[in-house]
Amino acid sequence: MENLLKILSKPDNVAIIIMMVMVGFFGFFAFFQAFKNDRKKASAKEEKNKFEKEKIHTWPYLARKEFLVAILVVIVLLAWSIFVDAPLEEHSNPNLTPNPAKAPWYFLGLQELLVYFDPWIAGAIIPLLIIVGLMLIPYIDINPRGNGYFSFAERKFEILIFCFGFLVLWISLIIIGVFMRGPGWLWFWPWQEWDPSRVVAEINVDLTQLFGVNSRSTPGFLMGGSIIILYFSVGMIMLYLYLRKKKPNLLHKLGLTRYLISSFLLWSMIGIAIKIIMRLTLNIKYIWVTPWFNI
Amino acid sequence: MRNIFKNITETQLWKSIFRHGYEDTPRNRALQILGNVFLHLHPVRITRLGVKLKHTWCMGGITFLLFIILTITGVLLMFYYRPAVEHAYWDMKDLEFVVRFGLLLRNIHRWAAHLMVITIMLHMFRVFMTGSYKPPREFNWVLGVILLVLTLLLSFTGYLLPWDQLGFWAITVGTNMARSAPVIGHEGPLGELVGTTAYNDLRFALLGGSQVGANALLRAYVWHCIGIPIIAIVFMAVHFWRVRKDGGISGPL
Repeated sequence: MENLLKILSKPDNVAIIIMMVMVGFFGFFAFFQAFKNDRKKASAKEEKNKFEKEKIHTWPYLARKEFLVAILVVIVLLAWSIFVDAPLEEHSNPNLTPNPAKAPWYFLGLQELLVYFDPWIAGAIIPLLIIVGLMLIPYIDINPRGNGYFSFAERKFEILIFCFGFLVLWISLIIIGVFMRGPGWLWFWPWQEWDPSRVVAEINVDLTQLFGVNSRSTPGFLMGGSIIILYFSVGMIMLYLYLRKKKPNLLHKLGLTRYLISSFLLWSMIGIAIKIIMRLTLNIKYIWVTPWFNI
Repeated sequence: MRNIFKNITETQLWKSIFRHGYEDTPRNRALQILGNVFLHLHPVRITRLGVKLKHTWCMGGITFLLFIILTITGVLLMFYYRPAVEHAYWDMKDLEFVVRFGLLLRNIHRWAAHLMVITIMLHMFRVFMTGSYKPPREFNWVLGVILLVLTLLLSFTGYLLPWDQLGFWAITVGTNMARSAPVIGHEGPLGELVGTTAYNDLRFALLGGSQVGANALLRAYVWHCIGIPIIAIVFMAVHFWRVRKDGGISGPL
Protein backbone atom coordinates (compact mmCIF):
# COMPACT_ATOMS: atom_id res chain seq x y z
CA MET A 1 0.00 0.00 0.00
CA GLU A 2 2.85 2.28 0.88
CA ASN A 3 4.19 1.73 -2.58
CA LEU A 4 0.90 2.76 -4.17
CA LEU A 5 0.92 6.00 -2.20
CA LYS A 6 4.45 6.62 -3.40
CA ILE A 7 3.42 6.20 -7.04
CA LEU A 8 0.27 8.23 -6.57
CA SER A 9 2.10 11.13 -4.98
CA LYS A 10 4.68 11.41 -7.76
CA PRO A 11 4.00 14.87 -9.14
CA ASP A 12 3.66 13.77 -12.75
CA ASN A 13 1.11 11.16 -11.76
CA VAL A 14 -1.24 13.83 -10.43
CA ALA A 15 -1.99 14.43 -14.11
CA ILE A 16 -2.89 10.77 -14.54
CA ILE A 17 -5.23 10.85 -11.55
CA ILE A 18 -6.88 13.92 -13.08
CA MET A 19 -7.11 12.09 -16.40
CA MET A 20 -8.74 9.05 -14.78
CA VAL A 21 -11.27 11.21 -12.95
CA MET A 22 -12.06 13.28 -16.04
CA VAL A 23 -12.26 10.34 -18.43
CA GLY A 24 -14.44 8.48 -15.93
CA PHE A 25 -16.74 11.43 -15.45
CA PHE A 26 -17.08 12.37 -19.10
CA GLY A 27 -17.35 8.76 -20.21
CA PHE A 28 -20.27 8.32 -17.85
CA PHE A 29 -21.73 11.71 -18.78
CA ALA A 30 -21.62 10.98 -22.53
CA PHE A 31 -23.56 7.73 -22.11
CA PHE A 32 -25.95 9.36 -19.65
CA GLN A 33 -26.83 11.99 -22.24
CA ALA A 34 -26.96 9.45 -25.05
CA PHE A 35 -29.46 7.25 -23.19
CA LYS A 36 -31.46 10.30 -22.18
CA ASN A 37 -31.72 11.44 -25.79
CA ASP A 38 -32.63 7.92 -26.91
CA ARG A 39 -35.46 7.66 -24.40
CA LYS A 40 -37.18 10.80 -25.61
CA LYS A 41 -40.25 10.33 -27.73
CA ALA A 42 -39.91 11.30 -31.37
CA SER A 43 -42.38 14.15 -31.13
CA ALA A 44 -40.76 15.64 -28.06
CA LYS A 45 -37.39 15.33 -29.76
CA GLU A 46 -38.64 17.22 -32.80
CA GLU A 47 -39.92 20.01 -30.57
CA LYS A 48 -36.69 20.20 -28.62
CA ASN A 49 -34.54 20.18 -31.77
CA LYS A 50 -36.49 23.10 -33.09
CA PHE A 51 -35.92 25.02 -29.89
CA GLU A 52 -32.24 24.18 -29.75
CA LYS A 53 -31.63 25.06 -33.37
CA GLU A 54 -32.91 28.56 -32.73
CA LYS A 55 -30.09 31.06 -32.96
CA ILE A 56 -29.12 33.40 -30.16
CA HIS A 57 -26.45 36.07 -29.95
CA THR A 58 -22.91 34.89 -29.36
CA TRP A 59 -22.35 38.05 -27.35
CA PRO A 60 -23.16 37.64 -24.51
CA TYR A 61 -24.53 34.09 -24.35
CA LEU A 62 -21.45 32.21 -25.57
CA ALA A 63 -18.73 34.77 -24.88
CA ARG A 64 -19.58 35.01 -21.19
CA LYS A 65 -19.38 31.25 -20.76
CA GLU A 66 -16.05 31.13 -22.55
CA PHE A 67 -14.62 33.83 -20.31
CA LEU A 68 -15.93 32.08 -17.21
CA VAL A 69 -14.44 28.76 -18.28
CA ALA A 70 -11.14 30.49 -19.06
CA ILE A 71 -11.06 32.06 -15.59
CA LEU A 72 -11.90 28.75 -13.98
CA VAL A 73 -9.19 26.86 -15.90
CA VAL A 74 -6.60 29.50 -15.02
CA ILE A 75 -7.56 29.31 -11.33
CA VAL A 76 -7.32 25.52 -11.30
CA LEU A 77 -4.01 25.62 -13.13
CA LEU A 78 -2.58 28.23 -10.77
CA ALA A 79 -3.68 26.30 -7.70
CA TRP A 80 -2.24 23.09 -9.14
CA SER A 81 1.04 24.87 -9.93
CA ILE A 82 1.26 26.43 -6.48
CA PHE A 83 0.70 23.19 -4.61
CA VAL A 84 2.51 20.67 -6.81
CA ASP A 85 6.02 21.28 -8.08
CA ALA A 86 7.11 19.97 -11.46
CA PRO A 87 9.62 17.16 -11.02
CA LEU A 88 13.30 17.71 -11.66
CA GLU A 89 15.41 14.64 -11.05
CA GLU A 90 19.18 14.34 -11.01
CA HIS A 91 21.29 15.49 -13.93
CA SER A 92 20.90 13.15 -16.89
CA ASN A 93 23.38 10.31 -16.92
CA PRO A 94 23.60 7.98 -19.92
CA ASN A 95 25.44 5.45 -17.77
CA LEU A 96 22.71 5.12 -15.15
CA THR A 97 19.53 3.57 -16.48
CA PRO A 98 16.62 3.92 -14.09
CA ASN A 99 14.59 0.78 -13.53
CA PRO A 100 11.90 0.93 -14.79
CA ALA A 101 12.65 3.50 -17.53
CA LYS A 102 9.29 4.81 -18.59
CA ALA A 103 8.20 6.92 -21.56
CA PRO A 104 5.96 9.97 -20.92
CA TRP A 105 2.63 8.81 -19.52
CA TYR A 106 0.58 9.27 -22.70
CA PHE A 107 2.89 6.84 -24.51
CA LEU A 108 2.83 4.23 -21.76
CA GLY A 109 0.03 2.37 -23.50
CA LEU A 110 2.36 1.85 -26.45
CA GLN A 111 5.25 0.96 -24.16
CA GLU A 112 3.01 -1.58 -22.43
CA LEU A 113 2.34 -3.13 -25.84
CA LEU A 114 6.04 -3.96 -26.04
CA VAL A 115 5.29 -6.80 -23.65
CA TYR A 116 3.00 -8.34 -26.21
CA PHE A 117 4.58 -7.37 -29.52
CA ASP A 118 7.96 -6.76 -31.05
CA PRO A 119 8.96 -3.10 -31.15
CA TRP A 120 8.28 -2.71 -34.86
CA ILE A 121 4.62 -3.59 -34.27
CA ALA A 122 4.13 -1.87 -30.91
CA GLY A 123 6.17 1.21 -31.75
CA ALA A 124 5.61 1.69 -35.46
CA ILE A 125 2.76 -0.30 -36.99
CA ILE A 126 0.19 0.10 -34.21
CA PRO A 127 0.68 3.88 -33.80
CA LEU A 128 0.40 4.18 -37.58
CA LEU A 129 -2.78 2.09 -37.61
CA ILE A 130 -4.22 4.20 -34.77
CA ILE A 131 -3.55 7.50 -36.53
CA VAL A 132 -4.68 6.34 -39.96
CA GLY A 133 -7.63 4.48 -38.47
CA LEU A 134 -8.79 7.56 -36.58
CA MET A 135 -8.50 9.69 -39.71
CA LEU A 136 -10.52 7.15 -41.69
CA ILE A 137 -13.43 7.03 -39.23
CA PRO A 138 -15.56 9.65 -41.03
CA TYR A 139 -15.03 7.93 -44.36
CA ILE A 140 -15.81 4.37 -43.33
CA ASP A 141 -18.72 5.21 -41.04
CA ILE A 142 -21.56 5.76 -43.47
CA ASN A 143 -24.39 5.71 -40.94
CA PRO A 144 -25.99 9.13 -41.42
CA ARG A 145 -27.91 9.02 -38.14
CA GLY A 146 -26.76 10.46 -34.83
CA ASN A 147 -25.05 13.44 -36.48
CA GLY A 148 -24.55 16.25 -33.99
CA TYR A 149 -26.06 14.96 -30.77
CA PHE A 150 -25.45 12.30 -28.15
CA SER A 151 -27.10 9.03 -29.04
CA PHE A 152 -26.41 5.38 -28.44
CA ALA A 153 -29.36 3.59 -30.03
CA GLU A 154 -28.74 5.13 -33.44
CA ARG A 155 -25.08 4.07 -33.66
CA LYS A 156 -24.46 1.26 -31.18
CA PHE A 157 -21.80 -0.53 -33.18
CA GLU A 158 -19.62 2.52 -33.87
CA ILE A 159 -19.74 3.67 -30.27
CA LEU A 160 -18.91 0.25 -28.87
CA ILE A 161 -15.91 -0.11 -31.18
CA PHE A 162 -14.60 3.37 -30.43
CA CYS A 163 -15.05 3.03 -26.69
CA PHE A 164 -13.32 -0.34 -26.78
CA GLY A 165 -10.35 1.27 -28.52
CA PHE A 166 -10.27 4.46 -26.47
CA LEU A 167 -11.29 3.35 -22.99
CA VAL A 168 -10.16 -0.28 -22.91
CA LEU A 169 -7.08 -0.34 -25.08
CA TRP A 170 -5.70 3.21 -24.82
CA ILE A 171 -6.67 4.45 -21.35
CA SER A 172 -6.44 1.19 -19.43
CA LEU A 173 -3.07 0.29 -20.94
CA ILE A 174 -1.81 3.71 -19.82
CA ILE A 175 -3.10 3.02 -16.31
CA ILE A 176 -1.43 -0.40 -16.29
CA GLY A 177 1.80 1.13 -17.57
CA VAL A 178 1.80 3.79 -14.86
CA PHE A 179 0.65 1.87 -11.82
CA MET A 180 1.25 -1.83 -12.41
CA ARG A 181 4.64 -1.91 -14.07
CA GLY A 182 7.65 -1.85 -11.78
CA PRO A 183 11.33 -2.75 -12.11
CA GLY A 184 12.06 -4.99 -15.07
CA TRP A 185 8.66 -3.97 -16.40
CA LEU A 186 7.24 -6.77 -14.24
CA TRP A 187 3.65 -6.72 -13.09
CA PHE A 188 3.29 -5.41 -9.55
CA TRP A 189 -0.08 -5.09 -7.86
CA PRO A 190 -0.62 -1.79 -6.09
CA TRP A 191 -0.17 -3.43 -2.69
CA GLN A 192 3.13 -5.06 -3.68
CA GLU A 193 6.48 -3.46 -2.99
CA TRP A 194 8.52 -2.65 -6.12
CA ASP A 195 11.33 -5.12 -5.63
CA PRO A 196 14.17 -4.56 -8.12
CA SER A 197 15.61 -8.00 -7.48
CA ARG A 198 12.39 -9.82 -8.20
CA VAL A 199 12.65 -12.55 -10.77
CA VAL A 200 9.72 -14.06 -12.52
CA ALA A 201 10.37 -17.40 -14.14
CA GLU A 202 8.12 -17.28 -17.17
CA ILE A 203 8.74 -19.60 -20.04
CA ASN A 204 7.36 -17.97 -23.13
CA VAL A 205 6.35 -20.29 -25.91
CA ASP A 206 5.37 -19.70 -29.50
CA LEU A 207 1.85 -20.63 -30.41
CA THR A 208 2.87 -23.48 -32.73
CA GLN A 209 4.89 -25.07 -29.93
CA LEU A 210 1.65 -25.68 -28.07
CA PHE A 211 0.83 -28.05 -30.91
CA GLY A 212 4.26 -29.60 -30.82
CA VAL A 213 5.61 -27.85 -33.92
CA ASN A 214 8.92 -26.03 -33.68
CA SER A 215 8.14 -22.43 -34.59
CA ARG A 216 11.57 -21.95 -36.15
CA SER A 217 11.20 -24.85 -38.54
CA THR A 218 9.59 -24.69 -41.96
CA PRO A 219 6.36 -26.40 -40.82
CA GLY A 220 6.23 -23.95 -37.92
CA PHE A 221 6.73 -21.04 -40.29
CA LEU A 222 3.95 -22.29 -42.56
CA MET A 223 1.64 -23.04 -39.65
CA GLY A 224 2.18 -19.66 -37.96
CA GLY A 225 1.73 -17.83 -41.24
CA SER A 226 -1.46 -19.64 -42.04
CA ILE A 227 -2.86 -18.91 -38.56
CA ILE A 228 -2.36 -15.16 -39.10
CA ILE A 229 -3.64 -15.20 -42.67
CA LEU A 230 -6.59 -17.41 -41.74
CA TYR A 231 -7.46 -15.16 -38.82
CA PHE A 232 -7.79 -12.12 -41.06
CA SER A 233 -9.29 -13.79 -44.11
CA VAL A 234 -11.80 -15.97 -42.24
CA GLY A 235 -12.71 -13.03 -39.98
CA MET A 236 -13.27 -10.74 -42.93
CA ILE A 237 -15.18 -13.32 -44.97
CA MET A 238 -17.38 -14.41 -42.05
CA LEU A 239 -18.27 -10.83 -41.24
CA TYR A 240 -19.01 -10.25 -44.91
CA LEU A 241 -21.34 -13.26 -45.08
CA TYR A 242 -23.02 -12.25 -41.84
CA LEU A 243 -23.65 -8.72 -43.11
CA ARG A 244 -24.87 -9.99 -46.47
CA LYS A 245 -27.45 -12.12 -44.73
CA LYS A 246 -28.53 -9.72 -42.02
CA LYS A 247 -27.88 -6.26 -43.43
CA PRO A 248 -27.52 -6.43 -47.21
CA ASN A 249 -28.40 -2.74 -47.58
CA LEU A 250 -25.61 -1.67 -45.28
CA LEU A 251 -23.11 -3.82 -47.13
CA HIS A 252 -24.24 -2.47 -50.48
CA LYS A 253 -23.89 1.12 -49.32
CA LEU A 254 -20.53 0.38 -47.73
CA GLY A 255 -18.99 -0.95 -50.91
CA LEU A 256 -16.03 -3.33 -51.14
CA THR A 257 -13.20 -0.85 -50.46
CA ARG A 258 -14.78 0.55 -47.34
CA TYR A 259 -15.65 -2.95 -46.16
CA LEU A 260 -12.11 -4.25 -46.63
CA ILE A 261 -10.51 -1.29 -44.86
CA SER A 262 -12.91 -1.18 -41.94
CA SER A 263 -12.97 -4.91 -41.35
CA PHE A 264 -9.16 -5.05 -41.54
CA LEU A 265 -8.91 -2.29 -38.92
CA LEU A 266 -11.56 -3.98 -36.79
CA TRP A 267 -9.87 -7.39 -36.84
CA SER A 268 -6.48 -5.78 -36.19
CA MET A 269 -7.85 -4.10 -33.08
CA ILE A 270 -9.48 -7.30 -31.87
CA GLY A 271 -6.30 -9.17 -32.74
CA ILE A 272 -4.27 -6.89 -30.47
CA ALA A 273 -6.63 -7.68 -27.61
CA ILE A 274 -6.45 -11.42 -28.38
CA LYS A 275 -2.66 -11.37 -28.40
CA ILE A 276 -2.62 -9.50 -25.07
CA ILE A 277 -4.88 -12.12 -23.52
CA MET A 278 -2.86 -15.00 -24.99
CA ARG A 279 0.38 -13.54 -23.64
CA LEU A 280 -1.08 -13.01 -20.18
CA THR A 281 -2.77 -16.41 -19.87
CA LEU A 282 -0.75 -18.83 -22.01
CA ASN A 283 2.62 -17.01 -22.14
CA ILE A 284 2.49 -16.95 -25.91
CA LYS A 285 5.39 -14.99 -27.35
CA TYR A 286 5.03 -15.26 -31.09
CA ILE A 287 2.36 -16.61 -33.36
CA TRP A 288 4.40 -16.44 -36.51
CA VAL A 289 8.18 -16.60 -36.57
CA THR A 290 9.96 -15.76 -39.82
CA PRO A 291 13.59 -14.97 -40.54
CA TRP A 292 12.66 -11.33 -41.19
CA PHE A 293 10.05 -10.48 -38.60
CA ASN A 294 8.01 -12.08 -35.82
CA ILE A 295 4.38 -11.51 -34.98
CA MET B 1 -19.57 63.20 -14.66
CA ARG B 2 -21.69 62.41 -17.67
CA ASN B 3 -20.04 65.30 -19.48
CA ILE B 4 -16.55 64.02 -18.80
CA PHE B 5 -17.58 60.57 -20.00
CA LYS B 6 -19.10 62.08 -23.11
CA ASN B 7 -16.03 64.19 -23.76
CA ILE B 8 -13.82 61.13 -23.63
CA THR B 9 -15.98 58.81 -25.70
CA GLU B 10 -16.46 61.38 -28.42
CA THR B 11 -12.81 62.08 -29.03
CA GLN B 12 -11.27 60.96 -32.28
CA LEU B 13 -8.82 58.76 -30.41
CA TRP B 14 -11.55 56.83 -28.55
CA LYS B 15 -13.69 56.42 -31.62
CA SER B 16 -10.78 55.17 -33.65
CA ILE B 17 -10.28 52.34 -31.17
CA PHE B 18 -13.83 51.45 -30.16
CA ARG B 19 -16.16 51.32 -33.14
CA HIS B 20 -19.44 51.05 -31.30
CA GLY B 21 -21.15 51.96 -28.06
CA TYR B 22 -21.90 49.64 -25.22
CA GLU B 23 -25.69 49.93 -25.05
CA ASP B 24 -27.23 46.47 -25.05
CA THR B 25 -28.83 46.54 -28.49
CA PRO B 26 -28.93 43.71 -31.03
CA ARG B 27 -26.77 45.84 -33.29
CA ASN B 28 -24.08 46.29 -30.67
CA ARG B 29 -24.20 42.60 -29.75
CA ALA B 30 -23.43 41.77 -33.37
CA LEU B 31 -20.76 44.47 -33.66
CA GLN B 32 -19.09 43.25 -30.50
CA ILE B 33 -18.28 40.01 -32.32
CA LEU B 34 -17.73 41.42 -35.81
CA GLY B 35 -15.60 44.37 -34.73
CA ASN B 36 -13.15 42.35 -32.67
CA VAL B 37 -10.46 40.40 -34.43
CA PHE B 38 -10.27 37.78 -31.69
CA LEU B 39 -13.98 37.33 -31.08
CA HIS B 40 -14.86 37.23 -34.76
CA LEU B 41 -13.68 33.63 -34.85
CA HIS B 42 -17.25 33.15 -33.63
CA PRO B 43 -20.36 33.55 -35.70
CA VAL B 44 -22.53 36.49 -34.62
CA ARG B 45 -25.39 34.20 -33.80
CA ILE B 46 -25.19 30.63 -32.65
CA THR B 47 -27.64 27.81 -31.93
CA ARG B 48 -28.92 27.36 -28.41
CA LEU B 49 -27.40 23.87 -28.30
CA GLY B 50 -23.99 25.16 -29.35
CA VAL B 51 -23.85 27.34 -26.24
CA LYS B 52 -24.64 24.49 -23.85
CA LEU B 53 -21.74 23.18 -21.83
CA LYS B 54 -23.37 19.76 -21.59
CA HIS B 55 -23.19 19.51 -25.37
CA THR B 56 -19.66 20.78 -26.08
CA TRP B 57 -17.96 20.26 -22.70
CA CYS B 58 -15.90 23.27 -23.86
CA MET B 59 -13.02 20.85 -24.37
CA GLY B 60 -11.83 22.26 -27.69
CA GLY B 61 -11.91 25.78 -26.27
CA ILE B 62 -9.99 24.72 -23.16
CA THR B 63 -7.40 23.01 -25.34
CA PHE B 64 -6.92 26.24 -27.29
CA LEU B 65 -6.76 28.28 -24.08
CA LEU B 66 -4.08 25.94 -22.75
CA PHE B 67 -2.15 26.32 -26.01
CA ILE B 68 -2.17 30.10 -25.46
CA ILE B 69 -1.11 29.74 -21.82
CA LEU B 70 1.66 27.38 -22.91
CA THR B 71 2.84 29.83 -25.56
CA ILE B 72 3.03 32.69 -23.06
CA THR B 73 4.76 30.71 -20.31
CA GLY B 74 6.95 29.02 -22.92
CA VAL B 75 8.21 32.33 -24.28
CA LEU B 76 9.00 33.48 -20.74
CA LEU B 77 10.84 30.22 -20.03
CA MET B 78 12.92 30.68 -23.17
CA PHE B 79 14.47 33.78 -21.57
CA TYR B 80 16.04 31.65 -18.86
CA TYR B 81 16.90 28.46 -20.70
CA ARG B 82 19.78 27.53 -22.98
CA PRO B 83 19.46 24.28 -24.97
CA ALA B 84 23.05 23.18 -24.47
CA VAL B 85 24.14 20.13 -22.51
CA GLU B 86 26.38 22.10 -20.15
CA HIS B 87 23.69 24.70 -19.33
CA ALA B 88 20.27 23.11 -19.67
CA TYR B 89 20.02 21.33 -16.32
CA TRP B 90 21.58 24.20 -14.35
CA ASP B 91 19.27 26.69 -16.00
CA MET B 92 16.41 24.56 -14.69
CA LYS B 93 17.94 24.74 -11.22
CA ASP B 94 18.23 28.50 -11.55
CA LEU B 95 14.60 28.68 -12.56
CA GLU B 96 13.77 26.76 -9.43
CA PHE B 97 15.92 28.63 -6.93
CA VAL B 98 17.10 31.93 -8.38
CA VAL B 99 14.52 33.31 -10.80
CA ARG B 100 11.62 34.98 -9.04
CA PHE B 101 8.45 32.96 -9.70
CA GLY B 102 10.59 30.76 -11.94
CA LEU B 103 9.34 27.57 -10.34
CA LEU B 104 5.74 28.71 -10.62
CA LEU B 105 6.32 29.53 -14.28
CA ARG B 106 7.69 26.08 -14.97
CA ASN B 107 4.94 24.41 -12.95
CA ILE B 108 2.26 26.20 -14.95
CA HIS B 109 3.94 25.20 -18.20
CA ARG B 110 4.26 21.55 -17.24
CA TRP B 111 0.79 21.07 -15.78
CA ALA B 112 -0.85 22.98 -18.60
CA ALA B 113 0.93 20.65 -21.03
CA HIS B 114 -0.34 17.54 -19.24
CA LEU B 115 -3.81 19.02 -19.04
CA MET B 116 -3.78 19.84 -22.75
CA VAL B 117 -3.12 16.19 -23.62
CA ILE B 118 -6.09 15.21 -21.45
CA THR B 119 -8.47 17.85 -22.79
CA ILE B 120 -7.61 17.16 -26.42
CA MET B 121 -8.36 13.46 -25.90
CA LEU B 122 -11.67 14.33 -24.28
CA HIS B 123 -12.45 16.77 -27.09
CA MET B 124 -11.98 13.94 -29.55
CA PHE B 125 -14.14 11.68 -27.39
CA ARG B 126 -16.94 14.28 -27.29
CA VAL B 127 -16.80 14.88 -31.03
CA PHE B 128 -17.02 11.16 -31.60
CA MET B 129 -19.85 10.59 -29.15
CA THR B 130 -21.96 13.34 -30.74
CA GLY B 131 -21.20 12.01 -34.23
CA SER B 132 -19.86 15.42 -35.17
CA TYR B 133 -17.33 13.95 -37.57
CA LYS B 134 -20.06 12.91 -39.98
CA PRO B 135 -20.59 14.75 -43.26
CA PRO B 136 -19.99 17.61 -43.87
CA ARG B 137 -17.36 17.68 -41.13
CA GLU B 138 -15.24 14.67 -42.19
CA PHE B 139 -12.16 16.62 -43.12
CA ASN B 140 -12.17 18.70 -39.95
CA TRP B 141 -11.97 15.44 -37.98
CA VAL B 142 -8.87 14.52 -40.00
CA LEU B 143 -7.34 17.90 -39.14
CA GLY B 144 -8.23 17.24 -35.51
CA VAL B 145 -6.38 13.92 -35.54
CA ILE B 146 -3.31 15.71 -36.96
CA LEU B 147 -3.56 18.30 -34.18
CA LEU B 148 -3.80 15.49 -31.61
CA VAL B 149 -0.58 13.97 -32.94
CA LEU B 150 1.10 17.39 -32.98
CA THR B 151 0.06 17.98 -29.36
CA LEU B 152 1.60 14.67 -28.31
CA LEU B 153 4.78 15.53 -30.21
CA LEU B 154 4.93 18.98 -28.58
CA SER B 155 4.64 17.42 -25.16
CA PHE B 156 7.14 14.72 -26.04
CA THR B 157 9.82 17.12 -27.32
CA GLY B 158 9.37 19.30 -24.24
CA TYR B 159 10.00 16.31 -21.99
CA LEU B 160 13.69 16.18 -22.84
CA LEU B 161 14.48 19.85 -22.25
CA PRO B 162 15.07 19.77 -18.44
CA TRP B 163 17.92 17.37 -19.25
CA ASP B 164 17.33 15.37 -16.09
CA GLN B 165 17.15 11.61 -15.69
CA LEU B 166 13.37 11.60 -16.13
CA GLY B 167 13.37 13.36 -19.48
CA PHE B 168 16.57 11.77 -20.75
CA TRP B 169 15.36 8.20 -20.28
CA ALA B 170 11.80 8.89 -21.36
CA ILE B 171 13.14 10.24 -24.64
CA THR B 172 15.58 7.36 -24.93
CA VAL B 173 12.75 4.87 -24.49
CA GLY B 174 10.48 6.81 -26.83
CA THR B 175 12.94 7.26 -29.67
CA ASN B 176 14.13 3.65 -29.38
CA MET B 177 10.79 2.82 -30.95
CA ALA B 178 11.86 4.67 -34.09
CA ARG B 179 14.81 2.35 -34.45
CA SER B 180 12.42 -0.55 -34.94
CA ALA B 181 10.28 1.05 -37.64
CA PRO B 182 10.10 -1.22 -40.67
CA VAL B 183 12.49 -0.25 -43.48
CA ILE B 184 13.46 3.16 -42.07
CA GLY B 185 14.67 1.84 -38.71
CA HIS B 186 17.89 -0.15 -38.54
CA GLU B 187 16.49 -2.78 -36.18
CA GLY B 188 13.15 -3.02 -37.89
CA PRO B 189 12.17 -5.66 -40.39
CA LEU B 190 13.56 -5.13 -43.89
CA GLY B 191 15.80 -2.33 -42.62
CA GLU B 192 19.03 -4.13 -43.37
CA LEU B 193 17.86 -5.10 -46.84
CA VAL B 194 17.75 -1.46 -47.97
CA GLY B 195 20.94 -0.54 -46.15
CA THR B 196 19.54 1.17 -43.07
CA THR B 197 22.11 1.50 -40.28
CA ALA B 198 22.17 3.21 -36.90
CA TYR B 199 23.67 6.23 -38.67
CA ASN B 200 21.07 6.89 -41.32
CA ASP B 201 17.80 5.65 -39.88
CA LEU B 202 14.74 7.43 -38.52
CA ARG B 203 16.12 7.58 -35.00
CA PHE B 204 19.27 9.24 -36.24
CA ALA B 205 17.16 11.87 -37.96
CA LEU B 206 15.18 12.53 -34.80
CA LEU B 207 18.17 12.71 -32.48
CA GLY B 208 20.78 14.13 -34.82
CA GLY B 209 23.01 11.29 -33.66
CA SER B 210 22.93 7.66 -32.68
CA GLN B 211 22.18 8.46 -29.04
CA VAL B 212 20.49 11.16 -26.97
CA GLY B 213 23.09 13.92 -26.76
CA ALA B 214 23.72 17.58 -27.47
CA ASN B 215 22.21 17.43 -30.95
CA ALA B 216 19.11 15.69 -29.67
CA LEU B 217 18.64 18.42 -27.06
CA LEU B 218 18.95 21.15 -29.68
CA ARG B 219 16.59 19.37 -32.07
CA ALA B 220 14.03 18.82 -29.35
CA TYR B 221 14.29 22.50 -28.41
CA VAL B 222 13.88 23.84 -31.94
CA TRP B 223 11.00 21.49 -32.75
CA HIS B 224 9.38 22.24 -29.40
CA CYS B 225 9.65 26.03 -29.46
CA ILE B 226 9.48 26.85 -33.16
CA GLY B 227 8.88 23.98 -35.58
CA ILE B 228 5.86 22.18 -34.21
CA PRO B 229 4.09 25.31 -32.82
CA ILE B 230 4.19 26.92 -36.28
CA ILE B 231 2.81 23.78 -37.92
CA ALA B 232 0.19 23.46 -35.17
CA ILE B 233 -0.90 27.09 -35.58
CA VAL B 234 -1.45 26.58 -39.30
CA PHE B 235 -3.53 23.47 -38.68
CA MET B 236 -5.44 25.20 -35.88
CA ALA B 237 -6.29 28.11 -38.14
CA VAL B 238 -7.72 25.74 -40.73
CA HIS B 239 -9.45 23.67 -38.01
CA PHE B 240 -11.27 26.69 -36.55
CA TRP B 241 -12.09 28.11 -39.97
CA ARG B 242 -13.53 24.77 -41.06
CA VAL B 243 -15.81 24.67 -38.01
CA ARG B 244 -17.49 27.77 -39.41
CA LYS B 245 -17.39 26.72 -43.05
CA ASP B 246 -18.69 23.21 -42.40
CA GLY B 247 -21.91 24.43 -40.87
CA GLY B 248 -20.89 25.80 -37.50
CA ILE B 249 -20.84 24.02 -34.18
CA SER B 250 -22.49 20.63 -34.48
CA GLY B 251 -26.12 20.05 -33.73
CA PRO B 252 -29.00 17.87 -34.93
CA LEU B 253 -29.32 18.26 -38.69
